[in-house]
Amino acid sequence: MSSQIQGDAQLATQAKSPDLSDLFIQFLIIGAVSFGGGIIAYERILLVEKHKWLSADEFMAYLAISQTMPGLNSVNLAVLAGDHLRGILGAIIATLGLILPGSLFVLGIGMIYANAADHPSINLILGGIAAAATGLLAAVTYQIGDTHWRHMKSLVIIVCTFLLMSIFKLSLPYVILIMAPISIYLCRPGKS
Amino acid sequence: MSLLIHLAWTFALLSILAVGGGTAVLPEMQTILAHQFGIDHTQFVHIYSIGQLAPGPNMLMVLVIGYQIAGLIGAGVVLLSFFLPSSVLCFYIGRLWSRFGESPWRRSIQNALEPISIGLMSSGVYAVAKASIVSGTTLALALVTLYLILRTKINPVLVILGSGGFGALLMTYLK
Repeated sequence: MSSQIQGDAQLATQAKSPDLSDLFIQFLIIGAVSFGGGIIAYERILLVEKHKWLSADEFMAYLAISQTMPGLNSVNLAVLAGDHLRGILGAIIATLGLILPGSLFVLGIGMIYANAADHPSINLILGGIAAAATGLLAAVTYQIGDTHWRHMKSLVIIVCTFLLMSIFKLSLPYVILIMAPISIYLCRPGKS
Repeated sequence: MSLLIHLAWTFALLSILAVGGGTAVLPEMQTILAHQFGIDHTQFVHIYSIGQLAPGPNMLMVLVIGYQIAGLIGAGVVLLSFFLPSSVLCFYIGRLWSRFGESPWRRSIQNALEPISIGLMSSGVYAVAKASIVSGTTLALALVTLYLILRTKINPVLVILGSGGFGALLMTYLK
């Protein structure tokens, strides 16, 4: 029965697979308009709601893999969705589309910065921008933490990770080598 | 040449270690760049902040770091080495996944990595705060931003730009 469902899903997918240029342009648009974050939400609108290239379940499954794997969630999701729709070329094209506009944007501003960093008024503006970026990162960290801040087990892991990284100043590979086995043991299947 | 290889190796390692997203590697990146590539904490925070203004994935600012260290080639090397390793890994794991299907271990591993990632992000907040909060004014701007992002629906880019303009005015006249 499950192979029957898979077969149907494959047929349905083939019927609505985009061509590569369409895939590129759609991800390019997300890469260009997603000022201020929320990029996963844009990807969901594109893939699930606007074009129905993925079912809601497929999207959630890919999102979960994206979150488990290292790397940026939005980029991982583009890789997986691109591969699902058009194979390896689709993965490459979707990822390129997603990062191209922002790359040109930061390079443009970066070049200006490299030439103007010593200018006093630029430094004052950057000081204000940096303070706000810190506030933003704190807010995003708080939001992503969500219910973890209220669970004792999660809180202990968060605090230990923070202490190893920021106070004991271990390098990141060691922090992960120490914390990952402990945390996976605490969260092993059957323990919730 | 050896500079480019060093740069590629550094960002490839950060790519693979970025559990739960790019911000988890911010503190490590800041430390390595200061010790090995001569990018001081203030520069790093400026570049990070510029990156927050850009559309697209939030760690594209690594390109500016590559540009600062080794020009356009440096930017290209950093782009490839930061985005390729994790993407290739995700690509193959994604394919294995569709072959083996959902396992209770995937949920466990994700649950286990989430608090680690949040701990690392907290370290990221601590690291950028140490470099960016240098006065009463910058502390106030950071707190106002924190409040606005949590309590309103204003686009973060507008808040950051506003803070840049308003902050520059304040710091000019308070001096």
